[in-house]
Amino acid sequence: MKKNIYIILFTFTILSGCSPDRIPEPINEEEVITTLTIELTPNNGGDIVTLTSRDIDGDGPDAPEITVSGPLVANTTYSGTATLLNETVFPAEIITEEVEEEGVDHQFFYELGGNVNAAITYKDSDLNGDPIGIEFTLTTVSAGSGSLTATLRHKPDKSEAGVRDGDITNAGGETDFAQIFNITVE
Amino acid sequence: MKYIGIGIILLMSWISQAQECNITLSGKVTDFHDGNPLFNATLSVVGEDIYAVTDFDGHYKLENICAGDHVIQVSHPDCDTASFNITINSNTQRIFKLEHHIEELKEVTVTGEKFKEETNSGTEQSINQGTIEKYSNASLGDALREISGVSSLNTGSTVVKPVIQGLHSSRVLIINNGVRLKDQEWGVEHAPNLDVNSASNITVVKGAGALRYGGDAVGGVIVTDGRVAPVKDTLFGKTIFNVATNGRGLSATSSLLKAYQTGWYLKGQGTLKYAGDLEAPDYNLSNTGSHEKDFSVGFGLNKFTYGFDAFYSYYNADIGILRASHIGSVGDLIRAINSDKPTYIDNFTYDVNAPKQAVQHHLAKLSVFKRFENAGKLSVDYSYQFNKRQEYDLRRGDDKDNPSLDLELKSHTLGANFLWDSRDNLEANFGTEVSYQDNFPDPDTGIRRLIPDYQMYTAAGYATFDLNLADNWVVDAGLRYDFVRIDALKYYLNSRWEERGYESDFSNIVQSRLDNQLLANPVFDYNNLSGTAGVKYIISDKLVSRFNLSSASRSPNPSELFSDGLHHSAAIIELGDLRLEKEQSYKASLSLEGSFNRFTFGVNPYYNKIDNFIILEPFGVQQTTRGAFPVYQYNQVNARLFGVDVDAAYTFNDNFSLQSNLAYVNGQDLDRDKPLIDMPAPNFTNTLTYSSKWHNLTLALRSQSAFTQTRYPDNDFIVPVPVNGTQVDTKVEISKPPAGYNLFHFSSSIDLPVTNSSNLTLGFYVDNLIDTNYRDYLNRQRYFVDDLGRNFRIQLKLNY
Repeated sequence: MKKNIYIILFTFTILSGCSPDRIPEPINEEEVITTLTIELTPNNGGDIVTLTSRDIDGDGPDAPEITVSGPLVANTTYSGTATLLNETVFPAEIITEEVEEEGVDHQFFYELGGNVNAAITYKDSDLNGDPIGIEFTLTTVSAGSGSLTATLRHKPDKSEAGVRDGDITNAGGETDFAQIFNITVE
Repeated sequence: MKYIGIGIILLMSWISQAQECNITLSGKVTDFHDGNPLFNATLSVVGEDIYAVTDFDGHYKLENICAGDHVIQVSHPDCDTASFNITINSNTQRIFKLEHHIEELKEVTVTGEKFKEETNSGTEQSINQGTIEKYSNASLGDALREISGVSSLNTGSTVVKPVIQGLHSSRVLIINNGVRLKDQEWGVEHAPNLDVNSASNITVVKGAGALRYGGDAVGGVIVTDGRVAPVKDTLFGKTIFNVATNGRGLSATSSLLKAYQTGWYLKGQGTLKYAGDLEAPDYNLSNTGSHEKDFSVGFGLNKFTYGFDAFYSYYNADIGILRASHIGSVGDLIRAINSDKPTYIDNFTYDVNAPKQAVQHHLAKLSVFKRFENAGKLSVDYSYQFNKRQEYDLRRGDDKDNPSLDLELKSHTLGANFLWDSRDNLEANFGTEVSYQDNFPDPDTGIRRLIPDYQMYTAAGYATFDLNLADNWVVDAGLRYDFVRIDALKYYLNSRWEERGYESDFSNIVQSRLDNQLLANPVFDYNNLSGTAGVKYIISDKLVSRFNLSSASRSPNPSELFSDGLHHSAAIIELGDLRLEKEQSYKASLSLEGSFNRFTFGVNPYYNKIDNFIILEPFGVQQTTRGAFPVYQYNQVNARLFGVDVDAAYTFNDNFSLQSNLAYVNGQDLDRDKPLIDMPAPNFTNTLTYSSKWHNLTLALRSQSAFTQTRYPDNDFIVPVPVNGTQVDTKVEISKPPAGYNLFHFSSSIDLPVTNSSNLTLGFYVDNLIDTNYRDYLNRQRYFVDDLGRNFRIQLKLNY
């Protein structure tokens, strides 16, 4: 019995000694989308309108900060560009590049709500000729205020009814990003 | 008178010594442990036609033996057959000692193998080889549902976790060939990493009574035993093939055992399972295929007084997770709940793509034992386990083929047990166990670690006693102490560290601070005391009652302490709590078993009070770039569970019998006075069996009913969800259990002789006979899809 106790103690010492305390390296997630910037540039000159949603701690407890630089102008055609960033790493990683590379598996959807009288059409396309939505055109008609919801879906079914035209209803897939911006057209 | 008799024999043998084959071997056969004589033991001289049977005093006499070397074989109905080499030149007296243990070794009728009760007073139930074989292409959790009061918590139908009387995961210990399985059992979507085909008998102890295996069995213990090698020259094996229509699955399992009269044995077993997408009655369940490769090998020596067993098993499974259950936001979850068909359906494939789990488990063990005459048996076990778990999500960019979770868990355990059984009416076990565990989450995933790097040290000691007070009274009791130290290194986001209030309580454990995160070194010690006491009273030869009180003590597991992140299939943010304390259960269980002519029954009511019961409960909503997510955090409450398991069987005649079982469990959070989540709904199973002696033909129809669970906590939550461009406050109805259901299953089998020593059993099964659409409350994919549709299955079993 005594011998056994020694064996136990000996083995335990070995076991506890064999794995030195390693300090794990920190992980900065590369796939996290912290920031969406939508830049709306009037085709015929004027003020650029920038919509930004930034959540530096990703899935952490802090809520995203949302800013809209100013109102849109009625009866104007804007060229829109969406940029997704991961700002937890330095320099910030541009996620939009990956989205573009895997355009077949991604699509941005833009929905207008409230009293915003405007139309949005896609300007870009993936390898199958279906839209991705990084580049788009926004044409305002009359004054009003409401919201713009930007959603990025991963693996949407682009062949379903309305999806190619930007209707999210039948798109399926899972949501990689979703944010609502309050906008005004003057 | 006796002495004179012996004297005459001696004298006679002296006279007859000159004659060549006229030697007499005489003496006694006794119990190795206590020296008591054994009645009705058969002795034979191997190779000769010489036999003898012991009388009431254990005496025997073998006559007319030739001089020279002989093998004497001694057998007894309650003992393993033993052989002894002996050289005889003259009349000889010899005492043979047999290992006689009717209390310890209860015969099992079906396979004829030895089967040991784990506790005397605790409630336990077993499934035998026949039942296990029926589930040869399924999982441990599926097979165990045959036992009343055992249900399962599923993620789809391929990840099946056993639930004992309402409790699961870290609260249920699984013992594989004497080794406690350490396979990241904390996760509700982690199925036991064990091939059901490696077991020849599975016992479920419904409570903490089996202290030798651990003190934290708040729910119970599942003990799977491999095939015991007989001490004789033999070679046997079996092969089972399954073909199933649902999932177009194939499986094969084969085992072989070679044993020698000298006590040596060698055994091996292997299983292959290959199945594609499963089907609900109305649609394909895309990405629910699974591929599994398992094997185990062992060898050892089983002598009377000493022996050893070396065992290695390997489990490897790739399990597809329903594609439609992978969601990115609460909006996706709402879409899934509101849609009557899954949001993703593709054509059938055998491929298993992301999201999926890839799991490997290695288990190696060495046990040695030595028996000491008039004392007992000392056994020492060492085991090493290596568990690798990779979970793949749908990812983007360069990380597309990388797992999002990659954990390596190594566990070493060393234990010693001394069984003291030299007293007739008392059996005691004294043991000690130490273990070391190391978890390594691979940072190459590029995703923040769900479970951190940690090392865990445990040391335990226990003593248990079984005392036969009288022929019909057995008392048992036990006590166990466990020391647990967990030493972790974990990165917290600064924002999370603040939000949890750790800065004020735990700033002393911060090792280093980076820009947006910090490294903490929590070291926690837990002192756990568990115990059991009970009595078994044999009322009559038809009625046995048992009453048991047990208390189990469980330290919080790594997931409860450290979880910190988003759960993809549930769309919740799950948060651990460093402040959690151990939970302690106090369970009383009563069992009454009866057997009257045609009617047998078992009733098992229980009451389980659990202090500091660790639950995961909702705690507000958090905004992210994918919308709002509900936050769930681990919390401790005082809880109680009570319920009853009932089994009954009635034999109408030689051909027809009816078997029923029923289980009810009621769980309540006493602090908040509301029901506990995920309690199995009351369920009721009836099996009508026709069996005939003609080729052992059996036909059975089984009806399985689950009632609607009406007791559930209301965890519905309201979140703003973008609908047509505006934020609309939407109620997410995640709480309400699905409606009850009733399923029918058909099974049949027939034996066909092939040769003298081998026979073929042909089985035909239909699960969900009428293709009923249903969803089960304890299936985590119930929000997304219906459960399995009809399945035809053919099984071929060859015994040889």
